[in-house]
Amino acid sequence: MKLSYYPGCSLEGTALDYDKSVRAICRKLEIDLVEIPDWNCCGASSAHMTDHETGMRLPIRNLLLANPAGHDILVPCAACFQRLKAADKALREDPGFWDAGDYKPDFKILHISSFLAQPGILATMEAKVTSNLKGLPIACYYGCLSLRNPRITDAANWERPETLERIMTAMGAKPVAWSHKTECCSGSLTMARPDIAEKLVGDIVSAAVRAGATAMVTDCPMCQANVESRQSGETYAPAMPVFFVTELLLAAITGTYPSKQQKVHLVSPAALSRIFSDATLKKEVSV
Amino acid sequence: MDKTCISPDDRNEKFLRKLKARNIDVQACYQCGRCSSGCPIGDFFDLNVMEVVRLAGYGQEDKLLHSHTIWLCAACETCATRCPNEIEIAGLMDVLRELALRRGIAPAEPRIPLFHQSFLGSIRSWGRVWEIGMIANYKVRSGDLAGDMKLGLSMFLKGKLKLAPHSIKGTSEIKEIFSGKGKEYDR
Repeated sequence: MKLSYYPGCSLEGTALDYDKSVRAICRKLEIDLVEIPDWNCCGASSAHMTDHETGMRLPIRNLLLANPAGHDILVPCAACFQRLKAADKALREDPGFWDAGDYKPDFKILHISSFLAQPGILATMEAKVTSNLKGLPIACYYGCLSLRNPRITDAANWERPETLERIMTAMGAKPVAWSHKTECCSGSLTMARPDIAEKLVGDIVSAAVRAGATAMVTDCPMCQANVESRQSGETYAPAMPVFFVTELLLAAITGTYPSKQQKVHLVSPAALSRIFSDATLKKEVSV
Repeated sequence: MDKTCISPDDRNEKFLRKLKARNIDVQACYQCGRCSSGCPIGDFFDLNVMEVVRLAGYGQEDKLLHSHTIWLCAACETCATRCPNEIEIAGLMDVLRELALRRGIAPAEPRIPLFHQSFLGSIRSWGRVWEIGMIANYKVRSGDLAGDMKLGLSMFLKGKLKLAPHSIKGTSEIKEIFSGKGKEYDR
């Protein structure tokens, strides 16, 4: 299977390891990822928040670049996914307004966890597991933009999504039932108002702890960075690691969680030490 | 918002037409309050979400553009998702921020638009966001030099921040996008 691939800027920087694990999982699934040639930033969220035209035309350029290949487009970042979906809808409705001529592609825009949670793909991955996640109590955290608003994302189940739960269950983890799986962590404000981000992240992590989770898993690079970096540590302990869904998939399939991967976390991933041998997983991660 | 006196004479018709053109039907609000009660940032707002929608319905552009709320909104879309009348409230917040910037109104939360401008400046230069450059630009503009130094250093040491930018080939197309090539720039 061939898919167009839109990594987005985070996956070239703070979430570089997310990009690597997405590519590795796709190789395991024999999916050929074709990066959209010369793609640009989709502008999320600053462009659409302050300038409608720029906020539309940045993702539109990517769609027009993906159009000739015609493959479905795989997007690991929730914010990029939402912007590409919004641009695709606007283009289909009125291509002339956006100077896009005759825009009628057959492709679909796919967010990673909805794509991976399809029964056929899930079964293939499950068959490849060499070290299952041994009932790891985990809080599946979606955040906002792969789901909302559903008039843009076409999400089937935006208040109680379960794609991450399905994937984690297939890997042998035990997703907890909790209250905050679609709550906003205020990633778009985190630099300018870290106080707000600390409050929201504190509420989210407290809810995960209350539900009995020892780790969180997400499919949004902003959520991953923001929730790991804005834990003030006063209301809950120990700190909560946040994994990418493909990071855990790759660990379960390969049966290893290499020290190089452990070190990219700002919060110690020691929650995995029960699953992957202690020899390969240090209790504390040094900065 | 107590004791606010609003007269129909103050209604900004141009603003209301702009909302209509963007399919943001603020008149459909029957004040159920779902938008405000679900808002994750609501505790920090000066106007709650429902008040924003109501003031927009009354055409009170100026009051809205001076508010903290329009800048503190994180664009999480919870309000628009839960509105029983499907009012595009997050889209309304986008319009308000854009108008405030175009009119040069001093933002009630100055650091937030400075962050947006640093972020967009990076895209304009390279076609993609280069995080170190964007953060340095924001720090200089906002004067918030000390904030998050430890976090930044830790991210840097973990190899999460790329030292050099990657420029796309089509930067001239990106510059054209930022110059307002289309039909949307007219108010």
